[in-house]
Amino acid sequence: MSILDAKIPEGPLADKWTKYKNEINLVNPANKRNIDVIVVGTGLAGGAAAASLAELGYNVKTFCYQDSPRRAHSIAAQGGINASKNYQGDGDSDYRLFYDTVKGGDYRSREANVYRLAEVSGNIIDQCVAQGVPFAREYGGLLDNRSFGGVLVSRTFYAKGQTGQQLLLGAYSAMNRQINRGKIQSFNRHEMLDIVKVDGKARGIIARNLVTGEIERHGAHAVVLATGGYGNVFYLSTNAMGSNVTAAWKAHRRGAFFANPCYTQIHPTCIPVSGDHQSKLTLMSESLRNDGRIWVPKKIEDAVAIREGKKKPTDLSEDERDYYLERRYPAFGNLVPRDVASRAAKERCDAGFGVNKTGEAVYLDFASAIDRYGKMEANIHKIDNPSAQKIYDLGRDVIENKYGNLFQMYEKIVDENPYKTPMMIYPAVHYTMGGLWVDYNLQTNIEGCYAAGEANFSDHGANRLGASALMQGLADGYFVLPYTIGDYLSNDIRTGKIPTDTPEFDQVEKDVNDRIHKLMNASGKHSVDHFHKKLGKIMWNKCGMSRNAKDLESAITEIAALRKEFWADVKIPGSADSMNPELEKAGRVADFLELGELFAKDALNRSESAGGHYREESVELDGPQKGEALRDDVNFKYVAAWEYKGEPKDAVLHKEDLKFENIELKTRSYK
Amino acid sequence: MKLTLKIWRQANANAKGSMQTYPIDGIEGDMSFLEMMDVLNEQLINKGEEPVVFDHDCREGICGSCSLQINGEPHGPDRGVTTCQLHMRMFNDGDEIVIEPFRAKAFPVIKDLMVDRSAFDRIQQAGGYVSVNTSGNTIDANSTPIEKENADAAFEAATCIGCGACVAACKNASAMLFTSAKVSQYALLPQGQVEASTRVLNMVEQMDKEGFGNCTNTGACEVECPKGISLENIARMNREYMAAVSKG
Repeated sequence: MSILDAKIPEGPLADKWTKYKNEINLVNPANKRNIDVIVVGTGLAGGAAAASLAELGYNVKTFCYQDSPRRAHSIAAQGGINASKNYQGDGDSDYRLFYDTVKGGDYRSREANVYRLAEVSGNIIDQCVAQGVPFAREYGGLLDNRSFGGVLVSRTFYAKGQTGQQLLLGAYSAMNRQINRGKIQSFNRHEMLDIVKVDGKARGIIARNLVTGEIERHGAHAVVLATGGYGNVFYLSTNAMGSNVTAAWKAHRRGAFFANPCYTQIHPTCIPVSGDHQSKLTLMSESLRNDGRIWVPKKIEDAVAIREGKKKPTDLSEDERDYYLERRYPAFGNLVPRDVASRAAKERCDAGFGVNKTGEAVYLDFASAIDRYGKMEANIHKIDNPSAQKIYDLGRDVIENKYGNLFQMYEKIVDENPYKTPMMIYPAVHYTMGGLWVDYNLQTNIEGCYAAGEANFSDHGANRLGASALMQGLADGYFVLPYTIGDYLSNDIRTGKIPTDTPEFDQVEKDVNDRIHKLMNASGKHSVDHFHKKLGKIMWNKCGMSRNAKDLESAITEIAALRKEFWADVKIPGSADSMNPELEKAGRVADFLELGELFAKDALNRSESAGGHYREESVELDGPQKGEALRDDVNFKYVAAWEYKGEPKDAVLHKEDLKFENIELKTRSYK
Repeated sequence: MKLTLKIWRQANANAKGSMQTYPIDGIEGDMSFLEMMDVLNEQLINKGEEPVVFDHDCREGICGSCSLQINGEPHGPDRGVTTCQLHMRMFNDGDEIVIEPFRAKAFPVIKDLMVDRSAFDRIQQAGGYVSVNTSGNTIDANSTPIEKENADAAFEAATCIGCGACVAACKNASAMLFTSAKVSQYALLPQGQVEASTRVLNMVEQMDKEGFGNCTNTGACEVECPKGISLENIARMNREYMAAVSKG
């Protein structure tokens, strides 16, 4: 048997979680007061976990690098959150949400985890509404829903294009209530730099106070890492500037397995890169694909003319446009899953049909939606023979009401009015499905070290469906961890406070200080960003939307060489014993330089195409799916969990075979 | 574009700060203001000088981290945007740009352009929540219909990003717009009404304790707010406050 035990409860799929909750050990309220839990990261998963654990009675310490928990990058999630409420009566159910998620993930996620996620999804909405999260409502006063990619029902709850913000502020408010009660101590502008193990169990962390530069020790009975994803390994991504892999990577270096690092989501609808100065990319929510139609010119001459500024998109008639998603995938059309939509955009642009000056952009057009809504509104308001302008105005109001903030954001960045001319979009790195390997309890293979939200690998397989990240973060934090962690902590009621004046803490603190010293003393010639940009280029060109063995092999060599160069030649001004953002960045990039290599190694190992991981060597050669990605269930129906052995290239692969007992493995078709 | 930047430099909270001048060249209109700052910092690092410290994170206008006072205005000359969304096309070749931290007694400078806005967190901790546990064992989300108008107004108030531009814009450094946005969100929803009185009293008390000034209705906060939070919220908070006080 593999050394990876997922600890999936026995019994029928739909009963596993209920039965499991009935059987796990609990900690009585008086004993909870003697138990400390550290939560690193205060996004949806971390914020929700911290609040819930504190409510239960544990003493919680939270850590975030931002100046307030409210600024974690969950705040930027736009489109919505899925739940199988079936309020629309369109055939939704827990099973269907489960099925869509497993299929959307290209059959590379764990059935039991995903079913549990679907099962608790409805509770999340109840909980958030009780907290005062202002979701969008219909005129009758009930909650409104919309549709997202890869599904045929409307199950997405939303708050305009700011759903993540509203949900995070909900979790933050729950945290604030516990901070006010003294049950959460919130360490802001603090960064976790390592994890401390005592007798094999996670018993604390070493953190740096980012204002004073002080290195601090914090002990606890369990450590939860809710530190998000590692998309910034690509330098340019939709992640926040500070988003990083450091906490997860440090746990990996201390023994936690890192699972499926190559599973990256490249989101199809982002604002295209405008130049070399670019520091980050901005997402345009997938919800826009409800109403926007994606197209490029049919004729290459038109694409060239548009690139040269000789033609405008609005000059092209309907039959001069290629709505390529509707053409290739008639069943799902513009709402195919993200990986499919991204590859299709790349295919058209690589073939020369791109529409901006770099040739890397396609149109997302709202003209027909404005027209459709305008006519509908005219009907509702009993306006006979409305003029074209009236229809446009009415339709525009509907679109503005739904997506106003996104349109405004687009206009500010691109300096074009998207109500008048189609938006230009191109895929960008957005989310990482891979992460720390966890069992059903969300525990890593380090006892007492848990990973929640994007930081773990468990629920999205090889591709995440839209509006499922918020669902998973809150499910993990509010409803899963509070139970599973109790089962573990029930063994700790007699342990007493974890002391930090021990050899274990001494050693890890020394390791942290040595590393900082080494970084500060490199005294080289180039800034941290210089190396980060170089790493990003390698990752995007060789480990991006389309991968092959030759490129991946060279990526591994190049990243290793770049890492060496970084340690010899990085230049960090200032000192370590005061605020120093360059030092913070350096530590993060140093970890990305290791993760990047493991990423490429994992992508090389997985010679099938699955979800966001597309290997040029593995495509359908014939039949109705010709040209589409080809999965290989015989050889790759497993989670690749990597064990750290010093250098990323020496990492050892452990396989967790995925068992599909409730879903038949099929070719994922959206045609 | 060639520009002259005048930037507040201050080594730490206790040090005396001063304005420093930095010429900069090669700035393009498509760059965001913070990308322009990145260019400057890269130059400073290459010269062996310390880069300018400023708060920033999401760079898409939603986290509320960025906080620069540009030519005397929080988040600069554009309307409805944060500094990270301000683009250099708003400026002209040869311009001089003055960049300072948000100024308020309750927002002490940490370093250079970075300030401490934890006072905002403490105002929220004083009552900016509904006291329900996160067990999920509440009533079904659709069992309480809420008028769309109120739900939308609650949402509009809730879009505050907590950046502090309202405080920086106000001659009294008042935090009324920030505090009232949270009070309003809950006051407009049935879920928030149970604790409405204690919430507004506690949050206002904390706001005063932090050293923010009073509101004199100049409306500068509303003009500078990157999210367009309305002054109506302040009026609503005042009503809520009076009602709570008269209830005793």
